[in-house]
Parts: sequence; structure tokens; C-alpha cells
Amino acid sequence: MYIVTRRKTFFILAGAFVALALGSLAVFGLSIGPDFTGGTLAEARYSEGRPAIEELRASLDAAGLSGYLLRTTEEDGYILRAGVLADEERAALPEALSLGGAYPASIERLTEVGPTVGVELRNKALVALVLVALLIVLFIAFAFRKVSEPVSSWMYGFIAIVTLLFDVLVPVGAFAFFGYLWGAQVDALFVTALLAILGYSVNDTIVVFDRVRENLRLNQEGNVREDFAETAGRSLKQTYARSINTSLTTLLVLAALYVFGPSATQDFALTLIVGVIAGTYSSIALATPLLVAVAHRRVR
Amino acid sequence: MLKQRLAAILIFALGAALGWFVYASEVDGWRPFRLGLDLSGGTQLIYRADLSAIPTADVQESMRALREVIERRVNLFGVAEPLVQTERGGFFAGDVEERLIVELPGVTDTNEAIALIGQTPVLEFRMLREGAPHPAEGRPVEDVNEHFESATITGRHLERASLQFEQGVGTIPNMPIVVLNFNREGGDLFADLTRENVGRVFGIFLDGIVISAPVIREPIPGGSAVISGNFTAEGARELVRNLNYGALPLPIELISTQTIGSTLGEEAVARGVSASLWGIALVALFMLLWYRLPGAVAIGALALYILIMLALFKFVPVTLTAAGIAGFILSVGMAVDANVLIFERMREELRAGKMLREAIRDGFARAWLAIRDANISSFVTAIILFWFGTSLIEGFALVFGIGVLVSMLSAILVSRTLLLALSTESAGGVVRALFDSGLPEHRA
Repeated sequence: MYIVTRRKTFFILAGAFVALALGSLAVFGLSIGPDFTGGTLAEARYSEGRPAIEELRASLDAAGLSGYLLRTTEEDGYILRAGVLADEERAALPEALSLGGAYPASIERLTEVGPTVGVELRNKALVALVLVALLIVLFIAFAFRKVSEPVSSWMYGFIAIVTLLFDVLVPVGAFAFFGYLWGAQVDALFVTALLAILGYSVNDTIVVFDRVRENLRLNQEGNVREDFAETAGRSLKQTYARSINTSLTTLLVLAALYVFGPSATQDFALTLIVGVIAGTYSSIALATPLLVAVAHRRVR
Repeated sequence: MLKQRLAAILIFALGAALGWFVYASEVDGWRPFRLGLDLSGGTQLIYRADLSAIPTADVQESMRALREVIERRVNLFGVAEPLVQTERGGFFAGDVEERLIVELPGVTDTNEAIALIGQTPVLEFRMLREGAPHPAEGRPVEDVNEHFESATITGRHLERASLQFEQGVGTIPNMPIVVLNFNREGGDLFADLTRENVGRVFGIFLDGIVISAPVIREPIPGGSAVISGNFTAEGARELVRNLNYGALPLPIELISTQTIGSTLGEEAVARGVSASLWGIALVALFMLLWYRLPGAVAIGALALYILIMLALFKFVPVTLTAAGIAGFILSVGMAVDANVLIFERMREELRAGKMLREAIRDGFARAWLAIRDANISSFVTAIILFWFGTSLIEGFALVFGIGVLVSMLSAILVSRTLLLALSTESAGGVVRALFDSGLPEHRA
């Protein structure tokens, strides 16, 4: 199939995406939210119009807060980010945000994360990501254990990990860009999105690999000699309609979630959208062509 | 054939029953969906327990006592459906610590919530070390551990406190005193303690302040101790009330808070519902346009999937959060995946010239391995997500994990039965066209 024979083009394209993602990461950097660093995030809404940012600053300074960041929200309010609050600072917050009652404010959201909780969640997130990747290789190696020619079952697992790396890098790079555009911050939901992408993408990759596995078996049973590239290309051709259709239905619901869903999960939906597109690309244009590339190297 | 049609009717009956259950239980409020704090509005507080004075063997017992005390306290204030739980955390931060998590739905003022918990006094008992100066009463002690050692008896041994008046002499008015009654274990411990430490100073601490530091003059059996600080009648009464409502068996420190206002929660629910409806509608439309009759069957399977999920949310019950709703919406998109796999496979078999029923059966059989392996990997991800989770993420993982299992069942059992029930032995052009799918140029 086209994708298999012209695989270099698709590898280069994937490389370009990775380079873009890494570039975005290097230029904009990831802004890590209080979930992981510890700190405070407060959202205030003003029923009768919000105060000017300078006024609010003066009021917060007077209440003893320092080193905070303010952003306006769509809903006529402010989002405040600060370090961990002392008891007096927290107690003074409602008063300070409403400028002593001059601008009636309601605190719609207040999240404080202690530093140890943040560090713990960060480490846990890293362990979770590695664990998912590891279990997936083991599972694939196990599920494909009867396949050994021309590519060992471990190689299927290893290639799945390479594609997973791609699937994670691309949304991470995109997220760094979102951070630059509207201050999106890495939080627990972002990690959830990454893990969900891993699950989704490997699901997608397994379906293609499964077809390769089946065709190899059929060839063996029928004593058909076929070049591996040929088998792989045929398998891909048989599965890409399904890959694209499943991605489409998933993208449809994610688009609905992004457009109509709660603001709390908008960045989450967008991250997943990028991830699902990357996952679909990698399972079609990366996973199987890589398998063929590895097989050819073996033959030589 | 007849069997499959009967099964199909049963499936519809099941769907109708589930739909009725979900609808009726919500309208009557008999078993409503359980909403997480981020949807209902409320406050979550996480405390770290200070276990420095507790022997390792007693940690679990102390944490249980702590939870009970806070629970009593919270219930006293009439918070609807509060959640108080303990958790061992910090493993991944290097230090294992015991935590107390308090969720207060409807309390949308963080300071109020903290005050509600914070009014609970911490009662501690300590023995003054040999040679340390006698502490001043009514003051916090610096370097507590230098001057005092922990006593065998702790606040959790307190059964109840009561207010009494000590007979005044002459013109001296009656002095209020507070009597502490220990439970059986505490009584024994206190008897042993006083017997072995006659002559030493026994410190009674409330919230880190020495309220009384009497010298033990003689062994005290009977399981009660008297605090005779310089109380006013009002102060003593408040102390007794606080101690009875709950003396914390160990000190706690606030490490995290999360508050969501009710407006934000309501918005999230409304938008979550509308996103779900749009998502479902878009997927249904796509399936119908692309897969035609099988697409309609997939919509039937999807509808049953959604009803089963909603019923499970109520039965388990699953606490729904914004992330949980996102997980549900995502699972709807992925739930049709198994159907897509099967239909693509079925179409191949049809085009290979098989009869309709044979094509349906083979399509299902061939797609099964891929569905199984793909779903196992998704399920593994869900389990790890659940483990990773803070309470909000757990909602996502739980919904996602249940979704993977249920969608597999609904695709395999429901779609298969419905398709076979719809199929005929004839394979005329119309029927084939109905079961066929995709764009014309796909047809090889």
C-alpha cells in the first residue's frame, strides 16, 4: 500500500510534527499549574462589573498577598494564582477580592494545593505514564506471542511505545502553545488526557497489528509466500477505514465537549482532540510502516 | 431466527425498563445521580495528621477515631451528605503521611468550612520530663518535645467531659471544674500512669496550650481526671461542649482546599448535559449516514449502552464530576468503535460473496480478537488512571473503565442479536445495499 511503500515520506512528516512539538515546548515552555507545584487558584465573579486590575492589585497587596498573577475571565471575573495561602491571607481573601464590598464578588472556585500534595501528584503522574507504557508493551508482546516471523512480538510492543511517544509529544507541544495563547496550565486533567490518549492510541494500533497478525497466520496456513511489506500494506488497507471512522466519532464527541461542555474540561477536550488526531496518524502512518522498516532491516 | 427476534424484543424491553428506571428515579428523587463537589458546589479539605506522638501500632486506630470525631462534628452542623475519609498518601513525595479528607457539599465558603472543622479542639496529655521547669498554665509551650514526653493516654481515650463546680470556701465563689471521664482502656491506662508516676507533673494540653499541669499526688483509679484551670463558668461550659462534640485524638494540619461555587457547578452540569446530547446526536447521525441499516442497529446498541451506563451511575453509585462527564462523552465516541470494527469486517465478508447471515456471523467472529485486545489495553489504562487519581480524576477513570466493559458487551451481544434478527435468508440487492456501507468508490 501507498503508505507502506512511501513510508519515508510519512516518517519525515512525523519527524516534522515532533520537531514542531519540541520547538513549541522549547520556545513557550509548559506552564505547570498548582495541582503539581502547590499553590492557590481562585476565580472570582462580579455581579455588578469587575474592578479595574490596578484597583484589585492594590486591594490584594493591602491584604498581604504577594507574588500573585491575575487574569480576566470571560464571565466578568478574575482568576488569581498565588502561592500557598496563610490562614490570615485566606481569611482576608473574600474581603480583598470585593475591594471591601465595593464590588460584590463571589468566589466561584478556590483551590489550594499544599506543596507535598503537588509533588506527590507530579511523581504519581510520571509513574502512571511510565507504568501505562510498560504494561502496554508487555501486553502487546504477550498478545502477539505467537507471531515471531519476520518481526518478533517484542518488536510490536516496542514500536507501539515509539508511536505512543509520538502521541504524547504532539499534544504536549500543542499544550505549550495553548499555554502561550491563553495561559493553559498543566493540571491533573491534562495528565488524564495524556493517559486517555495513550489508551486510545494503543487501542488503535492494536487493531492494525491484529490484522497483520491474522494475515500472517492466514498466509502460513495457506502456504502463501508474501513479502512482509505486502502483508502489512494489505492489513493497513483493510483497517484504515475503521481507524478513521472511529477517530471521527471520537472527534465528534470531543468537539461537542469542547464547544458545549463545561469550561473546566475545555482544555482537556482540546488536548484529546490533538492527541486523537496524532494517535490516528501514528497508528496508520507510523506503526505498521515501522514494522516493515524493521523487517527489511532484518532481512538485509 | 425466531430465537434472535425474541432476544431482540427482550433487549428492547430491557432498554425500556432501564430508561424508565433512570427517568423515574431522577424525577422522584428516589435515587438521583450523585454529583461530585465540582458539580454540586462545595468544599473539600485535606488535612495531614501529625502522628509524631502516636506509636506506630496505634496509627490506624487513631485515624479511625479522628475520622469519627470529625464526622460527628460535621453532622452536628447539618451538612447534607458529608464525606469524611482517611487516606495514606505521600508515598510518591518521599514521606508517607496519613491524611484526612473532608468533603462538604453545599458549603461554598472555604473559610466557613475551615472554621467548622477547626473549632474542634485537640486534647493531648503529656508528662513533664525530669528536671524541666514547671510550665505556666494558659500559655503555649515552646519546644514541647524537649520539656515533655508523650503519655500513654491520649485524647482518643476520652469518653466524655462534664462541668462541675468545686465547693468554694467562705467568700471564695464556687469554681467551675471540668471532669474528664475516660473509657475503659483509658481508665486503666490512667490508673497505671498515675501509679507509676507519683510526684511527676502531668500536662493537659488543649490545642497546644497547657490548660492544667497538676502534680500527680496519688494513683487515680476509676477513670476520671479533673481539670481545674482558671475557668469562667462560660469558658468551662464551652470547653466541655467542644470536648464532647469531639476532641481530636491528634493534631491535624490543613494542606489542601478546594471550593467550587454553586453557580459554577450548575453551569458545569448544564453544559455537560448539552455536550453529551450533542455528542450522542452527532455520533448517531454519522453512524446512520455511513453504515445505513447496521448504523441504525449501532444506534440502538449505543442507546442501550447509554441507558446501562446511566443506570450503573445510579446503582454503584458513581460520583459524577466534570471529568467523569468528559469520560462518559469520550466513551460514547469509543463505544461505537466495536460496532465499526464489526461492520467493516461484515462488509468485507459480504463483498467476498458470502450470504448475509454468514457474513454477519463471520464478521463478528473475526472482529472479536481485535476488540478484545484493544479493550483490554483501554481497561489497563483506566485502572492506572483510577489509581493515579485525585477524587476528580477517579471519576473519569471509573466512568471510562465501566464504559469500556459495557460498550464491549453492548456491541457484541446487542448489535449481533439485532443484526441477525433483521437479516433475511434472501440476499437481494435491496437488503445487501441496506447492509452495505461506505462510499461507492470503496467498492472493489
